[in-house]
Amino acid sequence: MTATTPAIEGWFTTGEAPALIGSRCTTCSTVFFPRTEGFCRNPTCDGEEFSDTELSRRGRVWSYTDAQYQPPAPYIPATDPYVPFALAAVELPEGIVVLGQVADGFTVNDIKVGDEMELVVETLFVDETGERTIWRWKPTTWITEPAEMPGGAS
Amino acid sequence: MTGNDVAIAGVGMHPWGKWGRNFVSYGVVAARAALADAGIAWTDVDLIVGGETVRNGYGGYVAGATFAQALGWNGARVATSYAACATGAQALDTARARILAGMSEVALVVGADTTPKGFLAPNAGERWDDPDWLRFRLLGMTNPAYFALYARRRMDLYGATQADFAQVKVKNAKHGLANPNARYRKEVAAEDVLNSAIVADPLHLLDICATSDGAAAVILCSTAYAEKHGLGGGVRIKAISTVTPTFPNTVIDMPLMSTESSAGGVPEQTFKESIGAAAYEEAGIGPEDVDVAEVYDLSTALELDWIEDLALCKPGEAEQLLRNGDTTIGGRIPVNPSGGLACFGEAVPAQALAQVCELTWQLRGQAEGRQVDGARVGITANQGLFGHGSSVILAR
Repeated sequence: MTATTPAIEGWFTTGEAPALIGSRCTTCSTVFFPRTEGFCRNPTCDGEEFSDTELSRRGRVWSYTDAQYQPPAPYIPATDPYVPFALAAVELPEGIVVLGQVADGFTVNDIKVGDEMELVVETLFVDETGERTIWRWKPTTWITEPAEMPGGAS
Repeated sequence: MTGNDVAIAGVGMHPWGKWGRNFVSYGVVAARAALADAGIAWTDVDLIVGGETVRNGYGGYVAGATFAQALGWNGARVATSYAACATGAQALDTARARILAGMSEVALVVGADTTPKGFLAPNAGERWDDPDWLRFRLLGMTNPAYFALYARRRMDLYGATQADFAQVKVKNAKHGLANPNARYRKEVAAEDVLNSAIVADPLHLLDICATSDGAAAVILCSTAYAEKHGLGGGVRIKAISTVTPTFPNTVIDMPLMSTESSAGGVPEQTFKESIGAAAYEEAGIGPEDVDVAEVYDLSTALELDWIEDLALCKPGEAEQLLRNGDTTIGGRIPVNPSGGLACFGEAVPAQALAQVCELTWQLRGQAEGRQVDGARVGITANQGLFGHGSSVILAR
């Protein structure tokens, strides 16, 4: 019996409109990703309580690259032989830049700095428990359904 | 201001390469070379600071004591520093602080490494709370991929080209030709770079520095001790910047997968800009006073970033400096006359010390075959994983 589960627990939601899960400091409102607990890293805040917050699903490309050679362990290749994948750093309206692989089928030739990207969840690798998923960035020019624009990203 | 100066009494290196021997053997060679250069006996050293290496077992974790034992226990005080690529600067700063406090007279600072082949990978084991492990597991994000993000941004924002990046390699290869400590001493043509395989777009194999074995050592003493014994040729450390970032750090940094939020406003300077700024402030000089720079060219494009971060030109102008020949030996502000990481490859705990060795030779006029004429002020720049600034200013 196998199932589809996130490659890491508690970092993103799945389903129709997946999103990264961040932490908002209940004292100073600063948002952090990945989630954090115990103490706020804003140097002027001594907050210790956080609430989960879903980050915006769309942002703008800060920069991008790809992995032409198979990365070393603990990376687990999805295919044999290895197929290169693209990576993007995307700036969200929350002012956080988040790295991610680019969605299957897209290369660096499909992206420019400033382009809009949307978060999707795809299979990262398969292990004995089944498909393990991860967040990825997909160029919105390839997404046909209308969606709201992010505010404040640059 | 000379109040916080310390003297460089001697420097020494073990050549960079892929020798496959124990890091301790390299460190001893570099230490003995530095002691000979200073004309100081090991038994006169009262403080040893080692740069930790994390891939060589327990002996690497306690590098200061490891080198002290190898040189022969002499009762010196000991410290070991780790700040990733910035390890050497932090080790130097530790030695300087003790000397300036009057608690040490002569200090030996040593860094040495033996490196594996290929990509630097994280330590073994499943470590779900370690970002350096997670970035490989979740994203397959290697070090060159980070360098490539910065390179691509220069292209899309400033119009840099892969040919510009290749030209950095061409320049540094030429600079390092006569450097006896460099691993690669061979001219490289721009086509060689552009025809080499793409590792992480837009960077080619020859845009990215290798990992190397090597060792570097620096002997520090008080200016009074140097003058009394006529040591070191008048080279002084004017500043050592080991600053951390200022919140929020909004430029994506290796090995992290995200930045802090800029929503509440951003600092006046980026982290990398603040590294050099702190060094200039401590030395009481400005970028216009600098004659020569050794910067951390993990990739060719990163050299261009550092030139701007050190305020040697405005953001977006480094390509113009390069194209004008300003950063070549003989130009307005030569960068990486040693040949840089392009000719050395990276030996992590030794590298920031190697930068200081090179500037010492440059300021003494002893950099044979790569001398920057009349150099009196030099600056290094480097950054270690997890928020370690590293910039050293030397002057004579």
